Amino acid sequence: MLTKRIIPCLDIKNGRTVKGVNFIDLRDAGDPVELAKQYANQGADELVFLDISATLEGRGTTLDMVLRVAEQVNIPFTVGGGISSVEHVDALLQCGADKVSINSSAVKRPELVNELSNKFGSQCVVVAIDAKQINGQWKVHLAGGSIPTEIDLFEWAKEVETRGAGEILFTSMDHDGTKNGFANEALSKLSETLNIPIIASGGAGSVQHFIDTFEEGKSDAALAASVFHFGEIPVPKLKEALKKNNISVRL
Amino acid sequence: MKLVIINYGAGNIKSIQFAFKRLGVDAILSNNPETIRAADKIIFPGVGEARSAMRMLKESGLDKIIPTLKQPVLGICLGMQLLCKYTEEGDTKGIGVFNTAVKRFSNVVKVPQMGWNVINNLKSDLFKGVKENEYMYLVHSYYAEHCDETIAKTDYGVNYASALQHNNFYGVQFHPEKSSTAGARILQNFLNL
Repeated sequence: MLTKRIIPCLDIKNGRTVKGVNFIDLRDAGDPVELAKQYANQGADELVFLDISATLEGRGTTLDMVLRVAEQVNIPFTVGGGISSVEHVDALLQCGADKVSINSSAVKRPELVNELSNKFGSQCVVVAIDAKQINGQWKVHLAGGSIPTEIDLFEWAKEVETRGAGEILFTSMDHDGTKNGFANEALSKLSETLNIPIIASGGAGSVQHFIDTFEEGKSDAALAASVFHFGEIPVPKLKEALKKNNISVRL
Repeated sequence: MKLVIINYGAGNIKSIQFAFKRLGVDAILSNNPETIRAADKIIFPGVGEARSAMRMLKESGLDKIIPTLKQPVLGICLGMQLLCKYTEEGDTKGIGVFNTAVKRFSNVVKVPQMGWNVINNLKSDLFKGVKENEYMYLVHSYYAEHCDETIAKTDYGVNYASALQHNNFYGVQFHPEKSSTAGARILQNFLNL
């Protein structure tokens, strides 16, 4: 049986991890490779690196980081953040990234999804969607959730699936950072309308939240950052708990 | 040990190269028939779309060379599928080493299958020391139907061949290079063949 995936997400700036990371046994908590190895050893199923560098130079260091991660880590990983061209994706994949995630650039130019899936295959194209509810309607937001659009979440998700996305990474801006649980109603609707895997993101605060997003939210994978980085929910404990609740996980 | 990864423009070759490097073996990337023929072991990778991958193989003449190889060959993911007789993807004729066809998953499951699933009914030295129902990382929309050459099985809406073997030819649908320590074990077993 295909298992549900647990995905730690690392924010990267100028080739270094940002946000506090509170890991013991790490020589350098700012080194993405060290952290990635640690997560792989703990049983994380995949990793996501989100590049939040503001400068071109900063982004350049990401390629080098991707190469070092691919060299040393034996689980799959996705790279996202500021990706807007076929050439950029080509460079990331050449360095050993397994998948890329695109977000605002796909909204600005939806053909990018077709171009990437035609050239590299849909298996490596993750479309990340940030959305929040406005008057009861889920609306897509750009630039890390700061710019609202008139685009409906479900219509947009369906469109990118048709254009060749292999996976959707849905972040609810209403839930992100709250630690009150994932947006399970919207997630289960996405999962029922689409026939590609859905990654839940935003809101993880407890083990129960993960159980809920796999059961009620029908999510295929769950992504979180701080609960993992600060050791609040260690990956091995989370997976044990999921298994006890009859959720299929890799142990 | 001279290990060659066939480089014909399809797929994430770096990850495979790095996985062998972690095992202490430096793999050579090549599409040169002489270099490939002179290798001790050969990896036939592949990620992407079957029809265009097959076209690239034909352009370099590798489609004719691969089936004549005598040393152990390991096809990975699309590489395994292209070693089959036929694939529904792009209505493509394959190299035909494995006596089976490749079909698309039906929509009763999410397509692509993406993530970790188990392999069982393991039958080959390729899986020496690998336990039944070990988890492997898979990403694919098409699957190989069972045949006499099935050496591992996986369930995803349908029970299918997640690994095949015919003489010196081996194929795995999963990505051993991305499948943690169990995957590394399989790559080491291939080196030991």
